[in-house]
Amino acid sequence: MRETPLNRIHRQMGARMVDFAGWDMPVQYDGPIKEHVAVRQAAGIFDVSHMGEIELKGPDALPLLQKITSNDASLLQTGQAQYSALMNPHGAFVDDTLVYRRGTDHFFLCVNAGNREKDFGWISENAEGDVTVENTSDRYVQLAIQGPKAIEILKSLTPVRLDKIPYYWFAEGDFLGAPSILSRTGYTGEDGFEIYFSPEHAERIWTAIIEAGKPHGLIPAGLAARNTLRLEAKMALYGNDIDDTTTVLEADLGWIIKWSKGDFIGRSVLEEQKAKGIRRKLVGFEMVDPGIARDHYPVHLDDGRSSQVSSGSYVPFLQKSIGLVYLPREYSAPGTEFLVDIRGKKLRARVVPTPFYKRAR
Amino acid sequence: MKTPENLLYTKDHEWILIEGEFGTVGITDHAQHELGDVVFVELPKAGDAFELGQPFGSVESVKAVSEIFCPISGEVTEVNKTVSERPEIVNSDPYDDGWMIRLKIRDPKERDQLLTAAEYDAWVYQDKS
Repeated sequence: MRETPLNRIHRQMGARMVDFAGWDMPVQYDGPIKEHVAVRQAAGIFDVSHMGEIELKGPDALPLLQKITSNDASLLQTGQAQYSALMNPHGAFVDDTLVYRRGTDHFFLCVNAGNREKDFGWISENAEGDVTVENTSDRYVQLAIQGPKAIEILKSLTPVRLDKIPYYWFAEGDFLGAPSILSRTGYTGEDGFEIYFSPEHAERIWTAIIEAGKPHGLIPAGLAARNTLRLEAKMALYGNDIDDTTTVLEADLGWIIKWSKGDFIGRSVLEEQKAKGIRRKLVGFEMVDPGIARDHYPVHLDDGRSSQVSSGSYVPFLQKSIGLVYLPREYSAPGTEFLVDIRGKKLRARVVPTPFYKRAR
Repeated sequence: MKTPENLLYTKDHEWILIEGEFGTVGITDHAQHELGDVVFVELPKAGDAFELGQPFGSVESVKAVSEIFCPISGEVTEVNKTVSERPEIVNSDPYDDGWMIRLKIRDPKERDQLLTAAEYDAWVYQDKS
């Protein structure tokens, strides 16, 4: 199994470790509820070094990105990031990714752990002209510091003016002596930063952030809390809610498709779907009957059709059982009821507006 | 991990306190620890009857769901409503406030199949290695 440079520290801190996409990762330290609530109310730190990084450099880097992603990378200024889909010809996802523009001809993609090699292969295959594509995943450790207190904790650790970085922008500069990318982004629905730097600094920087954060209520958080946090914020998880068979429109991510930018892989399929209307849509639901609908539980509609829960859990901040599911368009309006088969019992659930949780700004 | 001496145990990590012809059932400290934060407990109704080894309910944490098996055959006489309302007491107090059901025991001889505290500890240790 693969390990991040912080593996030893996680074990020392008493984390429970699990296999996630072939990585030995902390699923929890003190418990997912405490960790989840800490991120909503104070701050949490996550080791997300299993995520991959792919860098595109050269005059043809932008044209390559425009061809393989759904969002419009030409709109990015240096220092700006955008959420995007790495497209396949079916209008679906090779992966979902964060695209950072580090310079006119230099882009940096953060990709899912389980898709590192696949993404790199797909991007390389599509590369034309004067561009180099490099899988630089092993050169970066990534820490996510998330929560309303994140900025206060981090600002004493860097000369970079973090408060000058808007949401979905980043800065490059010194962080505790390490040249870093300091990105105001996250996967929790909270304010916070994702910081990338070289692995040799990993243990020292992790420890320093924990020390600096303690007085503010920061605690380490694992993948269990990361999952419930992103679910409350209705952020898609690749492999669950989106994959190479779900189109960007079906995933209700139409806002990351920029029709004005010209052709890109899968565009014709999306255009056709847009014209004819999508047949199914990813929606949020909550349980009406008591029970927890978990990933892959069967879903039954009153017309006999079925589906399955793509992500489902009890979520600690809202303190209820929620989930995501692809439903036929006729069933996707808030208020529509359907049944979830919870280990043999058919229990009622209801489509609700999303995100389930939205922070006050 | 606590394993009170006055209780009997199953290999599925339930405990039972036998008092005369009645038994009180819950899950062990080891079980609650392995599950993590308990967020939902599903229990039967008074009057329901279960065979030894039959599932009578389930305990769910944020990450996992686990069935609870009846340690002895009998009829449910009382259900702990508090664990349904405040499932976290299964974590904080598995042997006392976190009890789940009371049973009228059908066949007292079945207790011979249960584990003592020492036997249960040995089982858990072996389970882990």
